[in-house]
Amino acid sequence: MSEISIRGVMKSYGRNTVIHGVDLTIAAGAFAVILGPSGCGKSTLLRMIAGLEKISKGDIAIDGKVVNKLEPRERGCAMVFQNYALYPHMTVADNIGYALKVAGVSKDERAKRVNEVAKSLALTDYLGRKPSELSGGQRQRVAMGRAMIRQPKVFLYDEPLSNLDAKLRVQMRAEIRKLHNQLGATSVFVTHDQVEAMTLADQIIVMNAGRVEQVGTPSEVYRKPATRFVASFIGAPPMNLLEAKVTGRTEVAIGSRHLMTPHHGLANGQSLIVGVRPEDVSSISGETLNVSFVEELGAQRFVHGTFEGQDFVVQQPPSDSSDKPATVVFSIRPETIHLFDAASGLRIEPVSVTAPAPAFA
Amino acid sequence: MEKRVTFSNYWLAGLFIAPQLFLVFTFFYWPTGQALYWSLTLEPPFGGGNQFVGLQNFMAVFGDAHYWDSVIRSLVFALGTTAISVGFATVLALFADRGLFGHSIFKFAYFLPYAVPAAAVGLAFRFTFTPDAGIFGAVNHIIPGLWDPSRNGGQALFMIMLGQAWKMAGYNFVFLLAGLQSVPRSMIEAAAMDGAGVFRRMRDMQMPMITPTFFFLFVINITDSFVDSFGMIDVMTRGGPSRATELMVYKIYLDGFEAKDYSLAAAQSMLLMLLIMVMTIFQFRYVERRVHYN
Repeated sequence: MSEISIRGVMKSYGRNTVIHGVDLTIAAGAFAVILGPSGCGKSTLLRMIAGLEKISKGDIAIDGKVVNKLEPRERGCAMVFQNYALYPHMTVADNIGYALKVAGVSKDERAKRVNEVAKSLALTDYLGRKPSELSGGQRQRVAMGRAMIRQPKVFLYDEPLSNLDAKLRVQMRAEIRKLHNQLGATSVFVTHDQVEAMTLADQIIVMNAGRVEQVGTPSEVYRKPATRFVASFIGAPPMNLLEAKVTGRTEVAIGSRHLMTPHHGLANGQSLIVGVRPEDVSSISGETLNVSFVEELGAQRFVHGTFEGQDFVVQQPPSDSSDKPATVVFSIRPETIHLFDAASGLRIEPVSVTAPAPAFA
Repeated sequence: MEKRVTFSNYWLAGLFIAPQLFLVFTFFYWPTGQALYWSLTLEPPFGGGNQFVGLQNFMAVFGDAHYWDSVIRSLVFALGTTAISVGFATVLALFADRGLFGHSIFKFAYFLPYAVPAAAVGLAFRFTFTPDAGIFGAVNHIIPGLWDPSRNGGQALFMIMLGQAWKMAGYNFVFLLAGLQSVPRSMIEAAAMDGAGVFRRMRDMQMPMITPTFFFLFVINITDSFVDSFGMIDVMTRGGPSRATELMVYKIYLDGFEAKDYSLAAAQSMLLMLLIMVMTIFQFRYVERRVHYN
């Protein structure tokens, strides 16, 4: 079990900075998922932990030991790559056992350990095959086996499931989590898929444009998104975000409609973003949505439309009718509203009414 | 299935390939046909009525001990130069591929020798390896008679092998570098994560992945050393000392243009051509198909 701490880490290629100072602690034995859109620097961060990219600035410490200058093999990490990166000229057994061979482990010992790992991954029948003779899921498992056999302190996963079909992905996801629980090592998993992140993680790290937007448990990230970006990234479909103006201490205006909000304590006329999740919208009449299309998902349906000229989505219970209504009535309960600063995108926490309002400098 | 654009109008297609066919015919098939004709006849050196003799020229060639010597010499030369050249180019390519400081300059510099004509290479090597001046002059001054390719046949052959290997190294380098750069980065990174150091990765990952390139280069180098060594031998040793550097291609020249025995030379040309054809067919049939991983 090893704690990973990342302190003020930056990465630049020439004058182009791709990671702007990341501070992060991943607890020993935790399953951390780095989530973000493509190009946000999440893979680069992972590769810096692995030692495959140089760290431009800052420190990365594994188990309290700064590893900046260490070679990948000296860091005690194992990595599963997106395209598996198996050795095509070696058999499955040689692929899994390569790390041991390099480490100079005797042939018998190697065979024994390869067999153990292969057994735990149901690969025993395929040990003599070449990677090109395996299916995607099997290749994925070989890649896992190659990482497992070294009994590393840290497992690094670089979007390992993105090349699999949907069904296999769900299955492998469960296997990865099960393995993590068995092995007890620290895992860092990079993905752009929020479902993977929510289901796997103890700790989600949401990244955007080279910065960490929020660190928290899956439910924290979902219930209390720290920034407008996190709100728009997590959830399917994502949170509705509406431009609004403050018209009272517990009231905002969206276009011509006034909406009750939690006590925000902002000055009248200030602009802010009101967020509400499609699943939190209540079906009690109040507001009107001009429907543009309906997404039928079976268990529920999402009605897309515009509200006061802005895009808005409402979740509805399943229905037998398949026709598209012209309008849908809905209302927003104040306690389901998230508020974000219009300029900085940061979350505005509601002011507790009983406590004195904090003095703003 | 490969998609191709096909011509329905054969006349137009024929028109398009006619200039190329004309060139190939004039400079390849016609001389080859002529050589084949000569190899089956007795050709007087100053022209005039030749006489059909069947396979007698070939029998004469096969019965000549000097010919077999030149065949063995050519094989030693071919395998030796190929090993030196490909081996050396592999080292250069492996390091150029690591993207070390200044690697783009090195890439250019390593290819340069291939652009030098064989005769120029020969001249340069002749001066470099001359026993009475320069570095080997100094060596001979310390240990008299250690290096003298004009008297020691083995040294002469070795000198030409080095010249040919030096010239081909640039060509081999380009192919090997291209091969190395097509090896997926993530595979090398995976090996690094598995604990393999730089040299271990070169041996276990990069070298096996470029086996197809190796096979291709072996055939190309051997073929090239059979035919392209002429210029170098002519400038450096003229086949001597005492036939020590008389390879198949140089013997053809000596028999044909020095001894003026066109028929014997033509028969040898046919045999050399046959050898190269066999190698080329081998390359197309086996090498290009077999060594693939995916």
